[in-house]
Amino acid sequence: MSDKLNLTLKIWRQASPGAAGEFKSYKLYDISTDMSFLEMLDVLNEELIQKNDEPVAFDHDCREGICGMCNLMIDGQAHGPDLETTTCQLHMRRFRNGDTIVIEPWRARAFPVLKDLIVDRSAFDRIMQAGGFVSVNTGNAPDGNAILVDKDDADQAMDAATCIGCGACVAACKNASAMLFVAAKVSQYALLPQGRPERTARVQNMVAQMDQEGFGGCTNTNECEAACPAGISVSNIARLNREYLRATLTGAK
Amino acid sequence: MSTAQTAYLNGRVPDGPIAGKWEKCKNEMKLVSPSNKRKYDIIVVGTGLAGGAAAASLAELGYNVKSFCFQDSARRAHSIAAQGGINAAKNYQNDGDSVWRLFYDTVKGGDFRSREANVYRLAEVSANIIDQCVAQGVPFAREYGGVLANRTFGGALVSRTFYARGQTGQQLLLGAYSALMRQVHHGKVKLFTRREMLDLVVVDGVARGIVCRNLVNGQLESYAAHAVLLCTGGYGNAYYLATYAKGSNVTAAWRAYKRGAFFANPCYTQIHPTCIPVTGDYQSKLTLMSESLRNDGRVWVPLKKDDGRSPDQIPDGERDYYLERRYPTYGNMVARDVASRAAKERCDSGFGVGSGGQAVFLDFADAIKRDGEATIRAKYGNLFHMYQKITAENPYQAPMRIYPAMHYTMGGLWVDYYLQSTIPGMFVLGEANFSDHGSNRLGASALMQGLADGYFMAPYTVGDHLASRKLPAVTTDHPEFRRCIDETRTRVETMLKVNGRRSVDSFHRELGKLLWDYCGMARNAKGLETAIQKIRGLREEFWSNVRVLGSGNSLNQDLEHAGRVADFLEFGEVLARDALARNESCGGHFREEFQTPDNDTLRDDANFCHVAAWEYAGADKDPIRRVEPLEFKEVPLTQRSYK
Ligand SMILES: Cc1cc2nc3c(=O)[nH]c(=O)nc-3n(C[C@H](O)[C@H](O)[C@H](O)COP(=O)(O)OP(=O)(O)OC[C@H]3O[C@@H](n4cnc5c(N)ncnc54)[C@H](O)[C@@H]3O)c2cc1C
Ligand code: FES
Repeated sequence: MSDKLNLTLKIWRQASPGAAGEFKSYKLYDISTDMSFLEMLDVLNEELIQKNDEPVAFDHDCREGICGMCNLMIDGQAHGPDLETTTCQLHMRRFRNGDTIVIEPWRARAFPVLKDLIVDRSAFDRIMQAGGFVSVNTGNAPDGNAILVDKDDADQAMDAATCIGCGACVAACKNASAMLFVAAKVSQYALLPQGRPERTARVQNMVAQMDQEGFGGCTNTNECEAACPAGISVSNIARLNREYLRATLTGAK
Repeated sequence: MSTAQTAYLNGRVPDGPIAGKWEKCKNEMKLVSPSNKRKYDIIVVGTGLAGGAAAASLAELGYNVKSFCFQDSARRAHSIAAQGGINAAKNYQNDGDSVWRLFYDTVKGGDFRSREANVYRLAEVSANIIDQCVAQGVPFAREYGGVLANRTFGGALVSRTFYARGQTGQQLLLGAYSALMRQVHHGKVKLFTRREMLDLVVVDGVARGIVCRNLVNGQLESYAAHAVLLCTGGYGNAYYLATYAKGSNVTAAWRAYKRGAFFANPCYTQIHPTCIPVTGDYQSKLTLMSESLRNDGRVWVPLKKDDGRSPDQIPDGERDYYLERRYPTYGNMVARDVASRAAKERCDSGFGVGSGGQAVFLDFADAIKRDGEATIRAKYGNLFHMYQKITAENPYQAPMRIYPAMHYTMGGLWVDYYLQSTIPGMFVLGEANFSDHGSNRLGASALMQGLADGYFMAPYTVGDHLASRKLPAVTTDHPEFRRCIDETRTRVETMLKVNGRRSVDSFHRELGKLLWDYCGMARNAKGLETAIQKIRGLREEFWSNVRVLGSGNSLNQDLEHAGRVADFLEFGEVLARDALARNESCGGHFREEFQTPDNDTLRDDANFCHVAAWEYAGADKDPIRRVEPLEFKEVPLTQRSYK
């Protein structure tokens, strides 16, 4: 059943990368509980345009929880209160009439704000460039079934591979660590025979790039796992640490 | 149809027997020597399966590639959302599949409106795609013995679809993205994210560059190259409510059209039968429930009109499993256009369910009883989760409610067998071209086509273009680049200056509703004429009454949207014109005047067995309809049947 909500929104507004930002308050009335969180922001923006106010800028694209583009801190929680749910999949039925909702961008040194709620996450791309691949050119591949993969390994690799690269793990972490993101990719390849030949260099290079981007260290508070909309488990961080140790011990690059 | 017209569009299909055409073509194409490759610059617009795969593969060969997308990362292209799977003629299941059968199913599924030679080539390379993706580390579903698993998709009687849970597109795209990132690392690809292509630069009749807007600071930038590849996806967002990502647009293709690329078959749009129904007028998009669900879900409506009972109160004998009833061979797995029309027919006749009666049931109770909830969860867990998030209903306990929604576009820029458009040096790959799916695409075939174009076609055919043409040095100082930048700037400034009363979104919604009502699942001449008039009126109003706030020199999402809607408003008219000119029904193009007694498409092969490609004739002039005749030598033209 759809109900209606009246809400107060406190939203971070910032004109450009260097500019000073501030929270601004907005009132919204008669918001249907069937709306998604982003549809609620669409309604706000439509009202702002009618009042000649510039609409709030926020990133989004697929609106079905898979592209990793949407990224809002909602009442201090990355992607809001629902477990394993992106901002775009959060629905207003999760809120109560009269609520005040605080909406901020991801806050991390490695993710500078571009405008309002939009941040620059290109650091993630650069970590991937450092080693998040298997070196196989188009045309090099043997028959698909020539590489057998144990079903459990394939399933676990898939669990890790579902990372959507949204950065919630970084935003949720008090150290702004990107360990869960890096761990997911390193794990996927570590679990698969295709990833083995480059295993040592991959983990070393990705971790080095992560440090260079200014992400913080991991102190095992597991906030990343709690915030992850794709349900990536911190057990991947343990695997990353093992891979890193192994690479350091064997020394080879 | 005049001969002058037919002579005009030549698909450049190699001669000889169909099974040898691609091999022959590859043998005859000119090669660029390894040491010369680094002297060529190639622009690839789009980082979806088509663009990501092409950019990475061309860079591996040694070309200098510039890769563009409007999202903040190449990994977020719309391909990421594909759910169900990718076809390949591997015959791993020993169930009789072959290149021939995949070719046949695709030609038939497309209702005999595709180019046979292209489809055959697609089927031929399909197996290589799976090999390539496996080698990249794409975690496809596996059997206990470690071999790859398959599932069945619509329009086929064999099991040839490879998948990674309900996130196949994500995994394939991340595979292509990882190959792309590797080439960025090697310095062969330069990435330009948060860039929107707003014009194509043609110098001396050859595509030589693009103009784009830097979406972060608003600056207009231009880039020169020896070839331009458009891999910018489909135009389904013209309908506003669609399963597309919000940013998907026709802008890049439309700008190229206005510079001389023909737009083929715009009226071939695919409405997907299984999507979550609309709930309110604030709705911003529609969400697909993958076709793979029809493997285990049974579609039904109550036998009684306006039956208000909840589904668990309706006994089996009082249900109409209408797809199983009407199509006993294919049952719930009929082609998409057939399933969509059947759902519309049931709802329009008063048998629809849910509030408003605009939905049918997709029921998993039998499958859960047979296989257990755990099995169903392992296959479709993420889809069920998504359904529950959006509707607040638990599909393990009650049937899903679904309704058709705009999903994919078979039409696109016209390309020849080499994937080259009517502008030499401009290639079009993936959903952005019109090439392989005729008037209806079969499930799990778009991912196959995008990757085939990107990994296995463009690397050869782009090389042929570079090796066979003299391409004088051109830089962005060329007057043509200046002119394109100036025109783009004027357009942006004009939009900002209108300062009217209506938001961009309100125009987009109104256009979407017009197209859905008059040019959706069922069309007729009168409605299409009305649509054309109304779209024109809306377009005029847009340029006098739209309100776009903010400036052109900063991040301005409203301005981005305005540009896309302005193009949809021009494109929408051509779409309706194309539908009006095609006096027959085929695949996703259903003209009410032309149907069989069973409500199926009635083609007119004598008059319409051709591709219609629209040529821009200048502002305020009607576009010209060009024709490429289609021949069916391998699969004889017959009435398509899924009975
Ligand atoms: C929900 C859903 C599920 C699907 N499931 C399946 C499935 O199971 N199997 C299947 O085969 N198919 C499926 N499809 C269809 C398939 O996903 C798409 O057809 C295919 O991924 C399109 O790929 P593409 O590379 O052509 O374009 P896209 O992936 O759409 O990529 C377009 C790229 O172009 C860029 N771009 C666009 N315009 C501009 C511009 N003006 N300037 C700069 N860059 C631009 C974008 O940034 C993006 O990088 C599904 C589609 C949807 C919506
Ligand atoms: S918009 Fe794509 S994950 Fe939210």
